[in-house]
Amino acid sequence: MEPVNRALRRIPPWSLYILVAAWVLWMFWQGLQGHLGVDPVKVLEHTYGERALQLLIAGLAVTPLRRFFGLNLMRFRRALGLTAFGLVLCHLLVWLVLDVQIVTQIVADVLKRPYITIGMLGFALMLPLAVTSNNWSIRRLGARWRVLHRLTYGVGLLAGLHYVMLAKGFQLEPLLYFAVILGLVLARVDWKACLIRSDRANARRDSLQNP
Amino acid sequence: GLGSIAGGAVAEEGLATNTWEEVTSYCNFYEFGTGKEDPSYYAGAMTTSPWSVEIDGLVDNPGSYGFEQILEAMTLEERIYRFRCVEAWSMVIPWQGFELADLLALAGVQDGAKYVAFETLLRPDEMPGVRYPVIDWPYREGLRLDEAMNPLTIMATGIFGKPLPNQNGAPLRLVVPWKYGFKSIKSVVKITLTDQEPPTSWNMANAREYGFYSNVNPNVNHPRWSQASERKIGGGLFAKRQPTLMFNGYEAEVASLYEGMDLAKHF
Repeated sequence: MEPVNRALRRIPPWSLYILVAAWVLWMFWQGLQGHLGVDPVKVLEHTYGERALQLLIAGLAVTPLRRFFGLNLMRFRRALGLTAFGLVLCHLLVWLVLDVQIVTQIVADVLKRPYITIGMLGFALMLPLAVTSNNWSIRRLGARWRVLHRLTYGVGLLAGLHYVMLAKGFQLEPLLYFAVILGLVLARVDWKACLIRSDRANARRDSLQNP
Repeated sequence: GLGSIAGGAVAEEGLATNTWEEVTSYCNFYEFGTGKEDPSYYAGAMTTSPWSVEIDGLVDNPGSYGFEQILEAMTLEERIYRFRCVEAWSMVIPWQGFELADLLALAGVQDGAKYVAFETLLRPDEMPGVRYPVIDWPYREGLRLDEAMNPLTIMATGIFGKPLPNQNGAPLRLVVPWKYGFKSIKSVVKITLTDQEPPTSWNMANAREYGFYSNVNPNVNHPRWSQASERKIGGGLFAKRQPTLMFNGYEAEVASLYEGMDLAKHF
């Protein structure tokens, strides 16, 4: 893996921002030109959302990839998270401005339609993460920063659930996305610590019961 | 044949139709995939000739009716209808077809019949989408007999003066313009007259969201999409939403079918 890691070190993380921003504009331009099929609003809404989900998954995969395969993408993690947030914002804006359009209907949709409620909750959880994705915040928050950024697991699960819930009927693709996210979140659980903790708890209970 | 198209007596004047490309590349036909463009890519594999429709149940003349045999007995006419999907988009489509009532008359509806059940072709080696249990195949739909006999209810065989493309439900499909699009079942191979409300696919998959009637109704809330307004396909990125009409604009013709019914309960 070392040659790959060495090659990756030559790619500046900011190139990801440029790439994603260019892609967002390119897709929008395609929509304006009538190249996104007969329902460009839905195409934009769905591709922005799906690409955001992929970047979220990539962000969640950084640590497991390093731990299990030695692939080091740590330098790109902030850019992955922030571009995912940017795409979620675009996804949300397309839905608000081009799709639903009507303010009262937007409010009703958020409150009454569970998959939209879940999506909005995921977006809300991303806000503190996006705001604190900078060196200054990391220094300021210290240990609390790591705790706060565990919200990414919640965001990932909510995003996956949002996709599963909006699919009509039984569809495979959203379930595969959700399974991958669930796997990545479970990979972050420190199972050994859990076992030790429960061993300790058992021991404590035993010692209380049999003094 | 198409030469015998009569004037669309029931069709509304002045509806601006969508384009051929819009109507034929934006389809829900899950037997060929769940993407809107999947049917236009994959439905070409479906064999539509020879084609026959099994008509059975409470009819005087049950049996297999060949597509050509049906066409010979029917008079085709053009109907320009609004088409409103439950996903809150809509189109205007110029159909060619005949009234379902005429086909049912051919089969001879018996006195006890109260409902009509329909089934779509299920041919796994020509339909990549049915490998997945998206819904419980084959696709099934149903109407109350009076809905089926309403003059607005047609069996379509063409659009824009051409035979139905496969992705639009060739060679023969139902069109019920005052109901959400999924009621207008495609590529029909079976019609059964019955005295019981038949099971219907989306109702079986999710009864909370899809009722048996599924009349277009801006006042009845749907757990997934607001039905108060719709986006008309073809307006580009900045098309304004338009308000959804009661019974999709066919209230004068069909409201009497539901007199005294609580449409919020029988949604």
